[in-house]
Amino acid sequence: MNIKLCTETFNLNNPASMETYISLGGYEAWKKIVERKSSKLEIINKIKESGLRGKGGAGFLTGLKWSFIPQQAKQKYLVCNSDESEPGTCKDRDILRYNPHAIIEGMLIASYAIGASVAYNYLRGEFLDEQWKVFNNALEEAYKNNFIGKNILSTNISIEIYSLIGAGAYIVGEETAMLESIEGKRGMPRIKPPFPAIKGLFGKPTIINNTETLASIPKIMLNNEGWYKDIGIGNSEGIKIFSMSGHINKPNNYEIPLGTPFSNLLKLSGGVLNGNKLKAVIPGGSSVPVIKGEDMMMTTMDYPSIAKAGSMLGSGGVIIMDETTCMVSVLHRISRFYYSESCGQCTPCREGTGWLHKILSNILNGKGTLNNLDQLNKIANQIEGHCICALGDAAAMPVRSFLKHFWHEFEYYVEKKESMVS
Amino acid sequence: MNQKYVINDEIINQIDRVKRKFPEMESKSSIIESLLIIQHHNQGFVTKEIIQALAKYLGIKEIDVFEVATFYTMINIKPVGRNVIAVCNNISCMLRGSDNILNYIEKKLNIKVGESTPDKKFYLKDEIECLAACNGGPMMQVNHKNYENLTLNKVDKILEGIK
Ligand SMILES: Cc1cc2nc3c(=O)[nH]c(=O)nc-3n(C[C@H](O)[C@H](O)[C@H](O)COP(=O)(O)O)c2cc1C
Ligand code: SF4
Ligand code: FES
Repeated sequence: MNIKLCTETFNLNNPASMETYISLGGYEAWKKIVERKSSKLEIINKIKESGLRGKGGAGFLTGLKWSFIPQQAKQKYLVCNSDESEPGTCKDRDILRYNPHAIIEGMLIASYAIGASVAYNYLRGEFLDEQWKVFNNALEEAYKNNFIGKNILSTNISIEIYSLIGAGAYIVGEETAMLESIEGKRGMPRIKPPFPAIKGLFGKPTIINNTETLASIPKIMLNNEGWYKDIGIGNSEGIKIFSMSGHINKPNNYEIPLGTPFSNLLKLSGGVLNGNKLKAVIPGGSSVPVIKGEDMMMTTMDYPSIAKAGSMLGSGGVIIMDETTCMVSVLHRISRFYYSESCGQCTPCREGTGWLHKILSNILNGKGTLNNLDQLNKIANQIEGHCICALGDAAAMPVRSFLKHFWHEFEYYVEKKESMVS
Repeated sequence: MNQKYVINDEIINQIDRVKRKFPEMESKSSIIESLLIIQHHNQGFVTKEIIQALAKYLGIKEIDVFEVATFYTMINIKPVGRNVIAVCNNISCMLRGSDNILNYIEKKLNIKVGESTPDKKFYLKDEIECLAACNGGPMMQVNHKNYENLTLNKVDKILEGIK
């Protein structure tokens, strides 16, 4: 079985063109819905039944999220989250440039199902050169063919899709910060509740989904019930893109059934760089806990198995580290990221990320003490669960897991004032 | 220097197209894309005069535009070099040697991150976090165009090819 959803067009000529997309059955699902005026509830139920989980990081059930929208509300919005900036994650950028019509069709179906007449796709600012242009071209093509806009395919259905561009801010990937940004403000996450499905963009009910989630929708709708679910291996449901990066021979995006053994994914991506020994893996973007290589080799790529190994599947950004990796340097770099990207609203996150980074910098410069290592854990505990958004947790979780699994390496660094590995 | 900034017709047209994406009352929503458009026509940065002029055109407060201009890292509120170089040195790229690349560029251009060359040809951006091209690391963007799987040789060729 070699099913592809979001990556189906990736290796074809003119992957982003409407012609290519249509030759693979593109827009068939949308045409059917429009022609039959399908029931919204039926669509939501089909997505629910498929077991599709959000692919932006949290893994929330997509159909369930859609069902929270108050159908009677007049103005509603759909937002596609193409802000992709979780370190280690680079899948949405490829969907945007190689399969933009799948995103558009998914956005149309989602908008229809929740009753939104306007949808936005928010791209991170750094996508300005390539993805922004390709996606905008695709939008234009879809408008020309009357798949979007007023009186779609000569019916009374009207949905507008607009593309938006950010201007550099990781935190805008957090869904409520994104809403603030679309409203033209600084990207500061909002306190929840109220959840966006009740009070979102411009105060109206809003559904926010990740690019990969939405690009998965058309194929799920086109196929029979049970199709998506059955792609998964073992007890897992569905398929996911994993961005393989770091010490790996063939870094790339691999769309594989959930439940695939990690060892198979490693083989698929050419094995560890230079045939080195696997030391550690961050399986779901830099925000999730690190797992030791030998433990990772025992897991399968799905939500429960990675959770059992002590981490999370997250965004699917799999960062491979070989035996030459200095874990102190890696954690230091991660801490810099969260320190510089904290929006500063919550004291534990604003101050805590700064302290973490400062202590790790001291250790790296040979000025650390053993007491510092306990402090790191303490600060991480004080941040986690005490903030408005999950960035605080994302800053804390790596710290605790790096210390837990590689304590001896941190200890060595503090005592010898140099790395254990180089 | 204190000359009043006037938004020309071409820019107005582009901003009006941005405005049409949002409900009529939501004037602030157009700030980000408008700033990017104006900055593109103003050697890569915005000034106080520009912020004032945009606020006036959108019918909003100057502070609203200012807040956005200072929050988002792609909006420059100071003059910078003509060509913006951004070298990612977050983890995936770091594991593939991005620190070497960055050091090399700093030496080659004789500037540190956050600085522009004296001839204003290059601006080496500070704090460049993951640019979502992790499987092409080490990578950099020059004027938002991606260059991936960098080697020192490649860097030489790329920088020499820039006007
Ligand atoms: C700090 C932070 C950054 C995030 N960045 C992204 C992102 O770049 N892209 C994304 O899709 N989701 C991101 N998320 C998750 C979103 O808040 C949201 O859960 C997601 O877009 C929902 O879509 P999904 O249900 O389809 O996954 C981020 C969350 C946090 C806390
Ligand atoms: S947790 Fe950090 S990033 Fe999130 S809202 Fe609070 S200060 Fe901002
Ligand atoms: S870590 Fe460099 S592009 Fe993601």
